[in-house]
Amino acid sequence: MQRRTVVAGLAGSAFAATFAGGIQIAAAQEVVKIGLIATLTGPQAASGRQKVAGARLFMAQHGNKVAGKTIELIVKDDTGVADQTRRIAQELIVNDKVAFLAGFSLTPLALAVAPVITQAKVPAIIMTAGTSVITERSPYFVRVSFTLPQQTVPLAEWAAKNGVKTAVSLVSDYGPGIDTQDAFKQRLEERGGKVVEQIKAPLANPEFAPFLQRAKDLKPDALLLFVPAPTAGSLMRQVVDRDLAGAGIKVIGTGDITDDDQLNSMGDAVIGLITSHFYSAAHDSPLNKKFVAEFKQANPNMRPNFIGVSGYDGMYAMYEALKKTDGKTDGTALVEAMKGMKWESPRGMMSIDPATRDVIQDVYIRKVEKKDGELYNIEFDVVKDVKDPLHK
Amino acid sequence: MLTILFDGVAYGMLLFVLSVGLCVTLGLMNFINLAHGAFAMAGGYLTVVMMNWYGISFYWCLPAAFIVSAVLGVFLERTLYSRLYDKTHLDQVLFSIGLIFVATAAVDYVMGASQQIINLPAHLNGRFEFLGASIGVYRLFVIVICGLLTVALQFVIGRTRFGSRLRASVDDGRVARGLGIDVTFIFALTFAFGSGLAGLGGALGASILSMDPTFPLKYMIYFLIVIAVGGTTTITGPFFASILLGVADVAGKYFVPSIGGFIIYSIMVLVLIFKPEGLFARSTKR
Repeated sequence: MQRRTVVAGLAGSAFAATFAGGIQIAAAQEVVKIGLIATLTGPQAASGRQKVAGARLFMAQHGNKVAGKTIELIVKDDTGVADQTRRIAQELIVNDKVAFLAGFSLTPLALAVAPVITQAKVPAIIMTAGTSVITERSPYFVRVSFTLPQQTVPLAEWAAKNGVKTAVSLVSDYGPGIDTQDAFKQRLEERGGKVVEQIKAPLANPEFAPFLQRAKDLKPDALLLFVPAPTAGSLMRQVVDRDLAGAGIKVIGTGDITDDDQLNSMGDAVIGLITSHFYSAAHDSPLNKKFVAEFKQANPNMRPNFIGVSGYDGMYAMYEALKKTDGKTDGTALVEAMKGMKWESPRGMMSIDPATRDVIQDVYIRKVEKKDGELYNIEFDVVKDVKDPLHK
Repeated sequence: MLTILFDGVAYGMLLFVLSVGLCVTLGLMNFINLAHGAFAMAGGYLTVVMMNWYGISFYWCLPAAFIVSAVLGVFLERTLYSRLYDKTHLDQVLFSIGLIFVATAAVDYVMGASQQIINLPAHLNGRFEFLGASIGVYRLFVIVICGLLTVALQFVIGRTRFGSRLRASVDDGRVARGLGIDVTFIFALTFAFGSGLAGLGGALGASILSMDPTFPLKYMIYFLIVIAVGGTTTITGPFFASILLGVADVAGKYFVPSIGGFIIYSIMVLVLIFKPEGLFARSTKR
């Protein structure tokens, strides 16, 4: 009796699955689904909000019809845990039959889905994670955000040109931090400078004071900083409190530490801080002015930052790829369509390197200034078409 | 060199104010309250809200943080904690860990998960040179406040009638009750005071330590190290332990940054091997 029930149950569920599958296939001809895996809770939540806001803004501006298909954006929260990212990616691919995955706020989260997307042949658009190696881990990764060495090398160039002979780096002890300090050291030393010491602070570090004091006592010309964006605020407070500028030390860093979303809450203390990055909300172009204005209108109390613009550009790349394949959702064809794609983004001109599927873009040197009562990163120098220097 | 010592002392003082409340509940009341950090977080976030949303002066935030955390402490003590006084330590641990998760989720929901930053009054920023050491004004302020608190605390527990009643209630609650001491009231008051101190510590630390919803979990380790090293039977034990840990942490990170983060754990391991009852503990009679 029991056995019969089990068999009947199995048959029933098999029937239900076929039936549901049939409906999905019928719907899939009309709808193209995009699975956006963002981190919406936990310490990285700010990054998830930016990404989703950027993606939604693009859809609001450009409609949800591409090449005769209706685009449906499915937003999922992975809470910043790699296991979750992987599980959600599998669900989106198997149950929702998404044509694209997108998002990935941290390097480990992106790496966790690499085997999944390779096997399922589903393109994944990286909208944040910045370690070089990611795009090498699967031929279905395409990056529209940035890599850290890409931001750091122009900064080292700028430093060498502006009289920085000796430097100390202070980074958080994890993948992107190590990438940053090594890329900086390599380029500065090629240009005749010297990195006197590389200080690594634990990732979960409540007290930066001793590290900063050590950097200050080494008396370098410049101090390079890199920490995850949410930590930047408290680090910058300590930097100001130690008065490194007063000791004649130029404080420089990648734009993560003067994130547009948080910059205003850091206070006037950060004015004059020099950073290199690919996006500033103050970027002077008509497209960016429109982007910033509409972003703010749709999301009160938020200002677009580099993650917001990456969410926006990621949607652009997916829309254009679908246009090129005439709405077909074959993963390999979509990746091919994105290779070599070049367009104007609110950040400036950008393209996808056909060889590495990584982003090529202009990197700006900026200084924090006060404009209209708000703090902005004002761009004053630019290095054109920077490729990630670590890819072969 | 002196600068490092100074920074270390300031950091240690802050640790002390944050964890002394836990020493009181653990050592005196024999209750394991891992959610202690949640009260510190309440004080920190209250400061953030008062300063950033309503523009209230930082100096008003400090007493407010103390009072609100203390009231919160009394409320939770009466409604929840008091039911667990006679339960096993495991029950207490599970309960208070649960409270941490509730607090973390609640703060995340209301305030968001990102780090909160406060801007101190201008005259508390900046530094000055003194005997060759570079002194941060705010850290000096922290040291002074925490120093005064320590003295006051030592006085209250060691010298006043309330202090002796508290010690009596802890040593033997039944006899204390028999002598007409209102043990329940004393415990509630003590718990409130400990929570209030945590809240004050959170407010003082809001600009030095980073305030985010994971604060109670992140700093729980530090509180527990202070108590493991200092012992729970005195106030002076945790005090010297905090200073020792603060200075060792800061000096370690300064002189050997590659292993700096590990120094306080090494100290704790050594203490636990050689003096498992804590560095400054009296020999226990029971």
